[in-house]
Amino acid sequence: MNGFVSRGFTGRRRTPGEVGDRLPPGQYLEPGFPVLTAGPTPDVATAEWRLRIDGMVGEPREWTWDEFNELPSEEIPCDIHCVTKWSKLGTSFGGVSVDALLEPVEPLDAFVMAYSYGGYTTNHTIEDLTDGKAWVVTEHEGEPLPREHGGPARLVVPHLYFWKSAKWIAGLRVTDHDEPGFWEANGYHNRGDPWKEERYWTD
Amino acid sequence: MDRLTSERLTPVALRAPGRWQIGTVTGIKRETPRVKSFRIRLPMWMPHLPGQHYDVRLTAPDGYRAQRSYSVASSPLDEGEIELTIDRLEDGEVSPYFHDVVVEGDQVELRGPFASYFVWRGQEPVLLIGGGSGVVPLMAMLRHRRRTMPDLPMRLVYSVRTADDVIFARELDEDAVLTFTRKPPDGWSGHTGRIDRELIESVLMPMATAFVCGSNGFVEAASRLLLGAGAARQRIRTERFGPTG
Repeated sequence: MNGFVSRGFTGRRRTPGEVGDRLPPGQYLEPGFPVLTAGPTPDVATAEWRLRIDGMVGEPREWTWDEFNELPSEEIPCDIHCVTKWSKLGTSFGGVSVDALLEPVEPLDAFVMAYSYGGYTTNHTIEDLTDGKAWVVTEHEGEPLPREHGGPARLVVPHLYFWKSAKWIAGLRVTDHDEPGFWEANGYHNRGDPWKEERYWTD
Repeated sequence: MDRLTSERLTPVALRAPGRWQIGTVTGIKRETPRVKSFRIRLPMWMPHLPGQHYDVRLTAPDGYRAQRSYSVASSPLDEGEIELTIDRLEDGEVSPYFHDVVVEGDQVELRGPFASYFVWRGQEPVLLIGGGSGVVPLMAMLRHRRRTMPDLPMRLVYSVRTADDVIFARELDEDAVLTFTRKPPDGWSGHTGRIDRELIESVLMPMATAFVCGSNGFVEAASRLLLGAGAARQRIRTERFGPTG
């Protein structure tokens, strides 16, 4: 398709300069924070909320809401990129790094299935979740994470398309093999790197 | 592949989801003051599942590009062609291009069909709930059902602001229930206002699979009403617009 030009198209929403350089290919700047969910929004009370890490690990762990909030929290400034083409730049979340969560658990294998209240799943490699690349967050821009955005807690993996940042996170299961999660089984890319435009199976 | 083998192979039409291709606009229909349908002939057409979308990519002479996703409105029985029904968003970049620039005979670059969750695979009974242009992927389901299994129970609840905003108006008959949230047409005796429990209960069939599409607020309200009316969470599939354009 090299050389194809859309007749009469000039591009009226160009994002110039440094901001434009932060937009991966095919993305546009979105000032808001759209909500995309495949089903009804789950209602998870913090009193019943648990975060569990299990599977191929040295020692499975589970945190209650109060226990989780005792963990060292950090602010995560980041850009987020949704596969539906919008990107939100310069936002921030507050939460606990996956490194800190995995450390006492001792993962023994290379793959992770993140699973959520409501049944959502998304697959990752340990590599994509460690070394300061992923967090379980409970705050967005200083406020408690709204339910429609995954509250009380969601995974945030800013370097991958945002469907990889599971809302209403319930746990991480370490496995010895890679298996597609929800969107990965429904036509979307297994890894989803926005800078390589890994949107769909065939990308 | 060695040469001998490739020479013996019967040529197969190129068709693959994910490959960019250049389609030709063969027809444009105004649906409402804000919505137009574009019929596009594809060199690498393949049948889509009702509910699937295509990605459209516009390229400026200097190489600048913009991409958006649009749901297919037509039945996959329309061989070689798809219909994209596009709402013109004032601040948008791609939808105003389609509305203001594209004419019959123009070429557009696109790829698809994509995603396999918000799709109708013949489940029954089916309840479709659409708000505004959220009706577009539901129309693909309704059109396909009419042409393949007209007796299959499938109903559409369609929420629009005013009579002017009804997309596909001429195709909506007794299997569609409309509600007008701002201004109903003169002499309207049907539902008015936002969809509510009473409306949902009047159309919800036992064991129905529900497809809900619209703005986030609309989808949130509709899926809560469905859950309240006893629909099973795992039978409610939703698609929410991000802001697009």
